[in-house]
Amino acid sequence: MSNSYTSDILKPFKLKTKQQELLIRVLILCLVYILAFITRLFSVLRYESMIHEFDPYFNYRTTLYVTQHGFYDFWNWFDYESWYPLGRIVGGTLYPGLMVTAALIYRLLHFLRFAVHIREVCVLTAPFFASNTTLVAYFFGKEIWDSGAGLVAAILIAVCPGYISRSVAGSYDNEGVAIFALLFTFYLFVKAVNTGSLAWGLASAFGYFYMVSAWGGYVFIINLIPLYVLVLLITGRYSMRLYVAYNCLYILGMLLAMQIRFVGFQHVQSGEHMAAMGVFFLMQVFYFLDWVKHMLSDTNLFQEFLRITVTCAVAVGGIALGVGMASGYISPWTGRFYSLLDPTYAKDHIPIIASVSEHQPTAWSSFMFDFHILLFLFPAGLYFCFKRLSDATIFIVMYGLTSMYFAGVMVRLILVATPAVCLISAIAVSATVKNLTVLLRSKTKVAQIGSTKGTSSAKASSKASLDQSQPFQKNGAMALLFGAFYLLSRYATHCTWVTSEAYSSPSIVLAARGAHGNRVIFDDYREAYFWLRQNTPLDAKVMSWWDYGYQITAMGNRTVIVDNNTWNNTHIATVGRAMSSYEDEAYEIIRSLDVDYVLVVFGGVTGYSSDDINKFLWMVRIGGGVFPVIKEPDYLVNGEYRIDKGAAPKMLNCLMYKLSYYRFGEMMTEYGKPPGYDRARGVEIGNKDIKLEHLEEAFTTSNWIVRIYKVKPPNNRW
Amino acid sequence: MGKLWLICIASISILLPFLCNAFSPETPTDRRVLVLLDDFAIMSSHSLYFNALKSRGFDLEFKLADDPKIALQRYGQYLYDALILFCPSVERFGGSIDVAAIVNFVDSGHDLIVAADVNASDLIREVGTECGVDFDEDPSAMVIDHIGYAVSGTEGDHTLIASDDFIKSDVILGAKKIEAPILFRGIGHAVSPANSLVLKVLSASPSAYSANPKSKLSTPPPLTGSAISLVSIVQARNNARLLITGSLSMFSNRFFRSGVQKAGSQTKHGKSGNEQFLTEISKWIFHERGHLKAINVKHHRVGETDEPALYRINDELEYSVEIYEWSGTSWEPYVANDVQLQFYMMSPYVLKTLSSDKKGLYSTSFKVPDVYGVFQFKVEHQKLGYTSLSLSKQIPVRPYRHNEYERFIPAAYPYYGAAFSMMAGFFIFSFVHLYSK
Repeated sequence: MSNSYTSDILKPFKLKTKQQELLIRVLILCLVYILAFITRLFSVLRYESMIHEFDPYFNYRTTLYVTQHGFYDFWNWFDYESWYPLGRIVGGTLYPGLMVTAALIYRLLHFLRFAVHIREVCVLTAPFFASNTTLVAYFFGKEIWDSGAGLVAAILIAVCPGYISRSVAGSYDNEGVAIFALLFTFYLFVKAVNTGSLAWGLASAFGYFYMVSAWGGYVFIINLIPLYVLVLLITGRYSMRLYVAYNCLYILGMLLAMQIRFVGFQHVQSGEHMAAMGVFFLMQVFYFLDWVKHMLSDTNLFQEFLRITVTCAVAVGGIALGVGMASGYISPWTGRFYSLLDPTYAKDHIPIIASVSEHQPTAWSSFMFDFHILLFLFPAGLYFCFKRLSDATIFIVMYGLTSMYFAGVMVRLILVATPAVCLISAIAVSATVKNLTVLLRSKTKVAQIGSTKGTSSAKASSKASLDQSQPFQKNGAMALLFGAFYLLSRYATHCTWVTSEAYSSPSIVLAARGAHGNRVIFDDYREAYFWLRQNTPLDAKVMSWWDYGYQITAMGNRTVIVDNNTWNNTHIATVGRAMSSYEDEAYEIIRSLDVDYVLVVFGGVTGYSSDDINKFLWMVRIGGGVFPVIKEPDYLVNGEYRIDKGAAPKMLNCLMYKLSYYRFGEMMTEYGKPPGYDRARGVEIGNKDIKLEHLEEAFTTSNWIVRIYKVKPPNNRW
Repeated sequence: MGKLWLICIASISILLPFLCNAFSPETPTDRRVLVLLDDFAIMSSHSLYFNALKSRGFDLEFKLADDPKIALQRYGQYLYDALILFCPSVERFGGSIDVAAIVNFVDSGHDLIVAADVNASDLIREVGTECGVDFDEDPSAMVIDHIGYAVSGTEGDHTLIASDDFIKSDVILGAKKIEAPILFRGIGHAVSPANSLVLKVLSASPSAYSANPKSKLSTPPPLTGSAISLVSIVQARNNARLLITGSLSMFSNRFFRSGVQKAGSQTKHGKSGNEQFLTEISKWIFHERGHLKAINVKHHRVGETDEPALYRINDELEYSVEIYEWSGTSWEPYVANDVQLQFYMMSPYVLKTLSSDKKGLYSTSFKVPDVYGVFQFKVEHQKLGYTSLSLSKQIPVRPYRHNEYERFIPAAYPYYGAAFSMMAGFFIFSFVHLYSK
């Protein structure tokens, strides 16, 4: 009695299959959304809620500025605390999307009466956008394949290490927001191409605008989409839908992008954007020809017309490009762009780009590390895409292939490839699993109902009919299914392990294992920056290698000579020259730049290997690129870089060596080794008796990682 | 009890300025001078020089150089403003004084007069070296001049020389020309070529050389001609002033009073130039002359009075500074027409001579260059004899804000016209296209 009563009550709540599916899908998406967020919180749990690495400190500082001074002051901000004495127009030399986003979130939270600190907002911005990316990935997957592929894509991208590496909590960098914007723009564009709707085209233009405001990687979009359009044109897939989508994106996107000061007229003038413009004109020609073809009935006449038009169009385009290049109206490709197309270009021509570790060509192991099973799911996914070719799958295939190439050129571009790899792999997983389950279920269905195959596709039905001849098919499918789940679970384990072990280190606080297996924390960077903040005059200028510029201004609040915004190569080369000169020559450079303190990072005591001595050859190269008095062979012995007794005399006496190893010769670093044993390089240093004439040691952190020297005034009586 | 304390503190705070009426930026003239002697006989034999100092208000304290009680500072405070070393033969100072202490004394802005003599000790030579001069290393060498010697009753060995090769500077030697030559008997020194601050005030004649007068000259003398400096001065970067000479006897009463006739010259002066020369130069050493100060550095936009935190490119601005010279008793306006201002960022973008109103106020106005960055207002006034004025003030120059550009540019009117006509044309076209049959 009561049983039937409750079932009556529950009846309205009883869901149909469709509704159940929707519920499950929403539930999975919610879980994925939360998972993407919490898997990025390892760094907060391991260390604390802090900003990581180098560039994020600048972003944090500018965000602070936005929240304190408002948008217009930020837009016009002239920062005289960096690049002394040149200064930097911050508003015109950055992509403001990230800062404005964080500031808006901050405002919103305060409006809702959540009194959070802006730092917390900055720390959690990247995970938040990673969560949003999973949603976009779901919709994108749904658009190009089906909702199953969308779900798998959302799950894969939520934990993919290639993406997590740039979006853990605290990694407050442009990429965190930009990957979301990138994928979102692509999704909206594909949607626009599929529907041919002006509204979706408009949305994609705004998505593009957000991307332009967030990251310089927007150049990828504005080159990939024209390429995609070109491929569609060549393969004869030109349609009105494509015409509407592309023109809307290009015209509106261009106008919107030009509102970003850092982009401005580059969007119509620089070589990187010319492909988009060319394709835009080509599209008009195509449309025109289509119309003429429609008007002309005579095919021969049309062929003639076509030849003339195409020749004229190509000639006009070529002349315009040539004149533009020659008159300097169209700027040539930048070095960064060249180095993307040609991996060896930067090494030969732009040492400042080549010196950054994340600009190095990618090692195979890091592909494995970042993609794990996606690496072999990717080709499988490509196979499925080619089997069911459509406008959308062509897009994702092109995105996947181009971004994989770029990922091979530069380590950091693995990030751009990640969404494509996840989506294509998701297609592979989804299609395989679907086929296998269809196989499993259709057999029982075949047994039960016989020939009812309305829901399954023709492919599945053919497989099912095939299946009847192979008795072990079901078991095989079962095994394969388990294998797939095993692989996916391995993937999840791997991702979590990588996230917790490799990608959650803030790099400003270093952790190591002590002799007894305990965790040792080296907090030397912050120690040094706080020392600067507390103990030096407000207008003191600090010279260091450019890597530490952002951190010094953000945490030490002191003026720096160069920082991570490497816009002025000469200035950086001057610092490189000072570091690689003898002390008295360096002193003149230091005086001419009004430097008060010199900061070096030294890992000889702790064995921290990314210190200034290991970066020193880049200083020499960059300095020598502008000032030919600095010659790299002077610092090498038979082409070998060494710091021990056999080192080159110039090496042993240059400023960087002296500042790094000052008083180090007296120190015992490791039991059983002579004093002055450098643990980072594993040798005994070659010059233990270092005397400083024009500089004096001001501060050395507890583990000697950061050493700060004060510049003495000139001799009073001489 | 409490009242007593109050009175004590009040009286100290009232008396404090008088207790410390020593050298200060406000009254740069020295007050307390420590004189270190070889023996007290010098007090009387050089009394004319000392009395001249005393009469100008200096508080001289005479001590033997090896007195174990002497000290330059107590509790971290210097007890004296200047030091006179009339102790050429001292091997070791008493008390806590050594070369390093003297160098620190100078480096903290105090003045020094060093007089060496024949057989000067290594200690005094070392002080000289620290100040940028090298005395002749031969301990018995003297400056000999067979042409420019001072005529005296006996023929002698020509070690008493009469020199009149002065530095040409009114600030150092006073406005009144020194007519009579200077009598000098002692050792010569060379100024160190590496030192850019040391100046020869009195040089030997081209015929002079430095050697032992009693022995035959076997090797060429190391110091010859006008490379030999008889009296040198140094103005350190912190404006401490130093005088180094190789003759103690040139300060003596005997040289002050004695007449002088330079060999080969017919004019016989009744009194040597020593007194005038040394008195005038002591005025310079003790900051009674040639000491400048700059105050009230002001800069602002034309038409405003407040100093802005930063300028914009192409701003018109005014800069002014007041420069005074210490006359020994009061600050007088400094009058010169060569004070220059630099608007400096790595190199001077603007270099202007400041115009003076003869009352100490120097001012100029100029337009900020069309370059942004962190500039400095720099006045680097380094004139012979004067303390170096080195003012620098950092000021950032920012570019235009987004709303400071011109809204409508006349040259762009064709483009505005094109844009608006395009819009209108599009509208009409759409209208016609949509509603015409």
